[in-house]
Amino acid sequence: MVVEEKIIKAIKFGVLSPDEIRKMSVTAIVTSELYDEDGRPIQGGLMDPRLGAIAPGQICPTCGNDAKGCPGHFGHIDLARPVIHVGFAKHIYDALRATCRKCGRLLLPDVEVKRYLTLLERLEERWPLLAKMLVTVVKKRASKVMECPHCGEKQFKIVFEKPYTYYEERPEGRIQLNPMEVRSRLERIPDWDVRLLGLDPMEARPEWMVLTVLPVPPIQVRPSIVLESGIRAEDDLTHKLADIVRTNERLRSLLDSGAPQRLIDEHWLLLQYHVATYIDNELPRIPVARHRGGRPLKGLAQRLKGKEGRFRGNLSGKRVDYSARTVISPDPNISVNEVGVPYEIAKTLTVRVTVTPWNIEEMRRYVLNGPDRWPGANYVIRPDGRKIDLRYADRKRIAEMLAPGWAVERHLKDGDIVLFNRQPSLHRMSIMAHIVKVLPGRTFRLNLLVCPPYNADFDGDEMNLHVPRTEEAQAEARELMLVQYHILSPRYGGPIIGGVQDYVSGAYLLTSKANLLSLEDVVDLLSAAGYRGEIPEPAVLSPKRRWTGKQLISLFLPKEFNFRGKARVSSGIFACEDEWCWNDSFITIKKGELLTGVLDKKAVGAEQPENMMHWLIKEYGSDYARYVYDHMFKMFIRFIEKRGFTMTVDDVALPPEAKEKIREILREAEKKVYEVIELYRQGKLEPVPGRTLEETLELRILDILSQARKQVEDIVVNYLDPFNNVFIMARTGARGNELNITQMAALLGQQSVRGERIHRGYRGRFLPHFKPGDLGPAARGFIYGNFYDGLSPLEVFFHAAGGREGLVDTAVRTSQSGYMQRRLVNALQDLRVEYDGTVRTPYGELVQFVYGEDGVDPMKSAHGKAVNIDREIERVIGWRV
Amino acid sequence: MARKQKKQKFNILEHELVPKHEVVPPEEAVRILRELGVSPPQLPWIRVTDPVVQAIGAKPGDIVRIYRKSPTSGEVVVYRYVVGY
Repeated sequence: MVVEEKIIKAIKFGVLSPDEIRKMSVTAIVTSELYDEDGRPIQGGLMDPRLGAIAPGQICPTCGNDAKGCPGHFGHIDLARPVIHVGFAKHIYDALRATCRKCGRLLLPDVEVKRYLTLLERLEERWPLLAKMLVTVVKKRASKVMECPHCGEKQFKIVFEKPYTYYEERPEGRIQLNPMEVRSRLERIPDWDVRLLGLDPMEARPEWMVLTVLPVPPIQVRPSIVLESGIRAEDDLTHKLADIVRTNERLRSLLDSGAPQRLIDEHWLLLQYHVATYIDNELPRIPVARHRGGRPLKGLAQRLKGKEGRFRGNLSGKRVDYSARTVISPDPNISVNEVGVPYEIAKTLTVRVTVTPWNIEEMRRYVLNGPDRWPGANYVIRPDGRKIDLRYADRKRIAEMLAPGWAVERHLKDGDIVLFNRQPSLHRMSIMAHIVKVLPGRTFRLNLLVCPPYNADFDGDEMNLHVPRTEEAQAEARELMLVQYHILSPRYGGPIIGGVQDYVSGAYLLTSKANLLSLEDVVDLLSAAGYRGEIPEPAVLSPKRRWTGKQLISLFLPKEFNFRGKARVSSGIFACEDEWCWNDSFITIKKGELLTGVLDKKAVGAEQPENMMHWLIKEYGSDYARYVYDHMFKMFIRFIEKRGFTMTVDDVALPPEAKEKIREILREAEKKVYEVIELYRQGKLEPVPGRTLEETLELRILDILSQARKQVEDIVVNYLDPFNNVFIMARTGARGNELNITQMAALLGQQSVRGERIHRGYRGRFLPHFKPGDLGPAARGFIYGNFYDGLSPLEVFFHAAGGREGLVDTAVRTSQSGYMQRRLVNALQDLRVEYDGTVRTPYGELVQFVYGEDGVDPMKSAHGKAVNIDREIERVIGWRV
Repeated sequence: MARKQKKQKFNILEHELVPKHEVVPPEEAVRILRELGVSPPQLPWIRVTDPVVQAIGAKPGDIVRIYRKSPTSGEVVVYRYVVGY
């Protein structure tokens, strides 16, 4: 099919003139009645069949097309009296102020008009933005003149009252200008003066902004809906237009019968109101027009505006076919590149495959299976483009007819490529390509390692899936969007995919020094990981043959890989500075052998740049990275599954002597707090520079209490068994931290609202159980209790107050950052890095002379830097200098 | 007070937060524009009313070179096209 290429050079907007409206109209609308007694649309009514065919089988009396081909035709309403178009009310006001009330000329002397006109012409040529500014200047200057330089007429101040009333302040008082008067003034403005008002007189004469004829949109724009009960429900616009026609006809008959001016004005105003709300039903200072049920009617402006409006809701973003959405659940047994798709969805989503001699047998099988048996097909497309629905066709016959050139809408099957997305799509890793794996069940399944880029969990999250339809789109998705190509994040140049929770604990436990594995364990772990190859020599030969976890890890590392670095557990008493250290918290990998150190969050976790996984991915590529994530990581969860991992209350139980020590620290801190308060009461407290006395006191108290909390934390860390499961999770970074453990075992600490100690509530106190003005720790939200022993009722109240602030904060933050993101994206979406390294707009305007001022792609960088020299040296010579 | 402040004018070019600005001579400007492949209005703009532009006496149509500190690459050279309004 050859399509004539047409290029849009420019778009020009103008105002419809009454002549144009009449010219494009097929009929005048003269009655507000829609249908006669038989339910047929009335000629000259708002549902006049000449306005367009809408029912299937109906032939349009205007264009002769059926419902599918008829584009719809405008009608018009001849208004008995002109009304202001609310959309142009501001422009009309500008024009009225800048021109003479008698002769209609711009209120500037001829010489100036001439000068401005030539200037305007030159500006429009080169600097269209400046031309707009010139117009505002001209308008501003002209509206200040109080006497016409052409006819000498004295000018009056014109007042505009929103949304559509104009007054003139004459010496005898404030007189309203009716739309007819306004229109006749605008008519008097000569064409050249119109140009200085910023309008093109050929496309938009100012008087056209006052409506004398109202276009009636075709029926396609405002279709009526037939409800199940058989009752017709008309579109909001039809209702509004009926109102307009009704008042218009009433006004006309009043005019014809010579009714009193007062009555005419009343109806004129009503007509103005209806026309205004038809265009925009959210105008300030006038009541919104409502349905009989009380629902506000949708005006023309409401159809376009806002998130659900035509632009943002239907043009910038649309609902699409070939997509699916359901709940997600985890499946550690599929690859990070894969997504589990339920049979039911696989049978609904289809891929169009053209039949060739090489796939014809396969396609025949799909056709024979039909729409209900997976893997089947839903439609067959003949070479002439006709679509055959396999639900109703004789599938055997069609399978036989199948020949090269036909196409089959085949079910989704294993190995197909799809896009997988979770909202909010904040970065590009929110939409990645996955390879389909059709599975039983009703949820999408995804590997746990891809949770971090999507920010997904399984507490009811849903995700969307899209099928790329063309070969080109499929190839692009496979080569550019596949998960394995997005392991390194462009945000900070480190791996965003990685283990969470049990993967981390498992990696730690597996690689720990204390862990020795029997042959059965080794075989089980390696088979879970899908390892094929030799089992290494055991690390311990006698009395029994035993392997270490480190040996198993080494099986998955490249033979020439060198790495040295601290583990996350390297802190406090377990700190290690180099590999000559008993604590085993310094990772040493030489020639692909994990020699010392344990793997924890820093080594295998998500969002940890410059760690072992980062260099593995960077130096050995994404195919190898996927292999490690799919195989080695499976060992971690297999191991933790074999060993068993849980937590009990006893993990956070402190011995009595520790509790006594904590009580002592708190007594001490409390004493100090009361000393400071006493100092404050006596007025002897020295204020910190820039703070009031009260603020100083608060700061001092908070400081004392937080120091006490830190001391308590140290005690907790000292007394708890560092190898109990809760502590292991905190130290390896799998879940929780030392503060959380302290809160469970020892004390919750200071609760706060807006960064202050909690004090609002009753007068001078938070709850009536305290004395007014009590500044002590307990009265202001310091919680001595812990989750192990339980909180007192008062403490629960403080905790709830602090906790609520957190919830409110997150709710507010997401909406604010969402809007900020929207604005940023809108501002930056068309920028791109050109081949010369500059960042430019589509017009070639320079934004940055070198991308990021250093020309580094953060995704291909080493944590933001172009190269990490230390790492390169380490990689080559095997140790760090 | 207001008048006093006006009298205490200082050379803004010496302020530590003001990077070095200089007017590019026309021959060099042509070379730079060709290297970048842009016409003058496609460069980022700077107004003649900008205090630094006034201080170095650049006129509309000139190209100004700025040596800026950059967190990613030490010092960078950028250009601005001086515009009239």
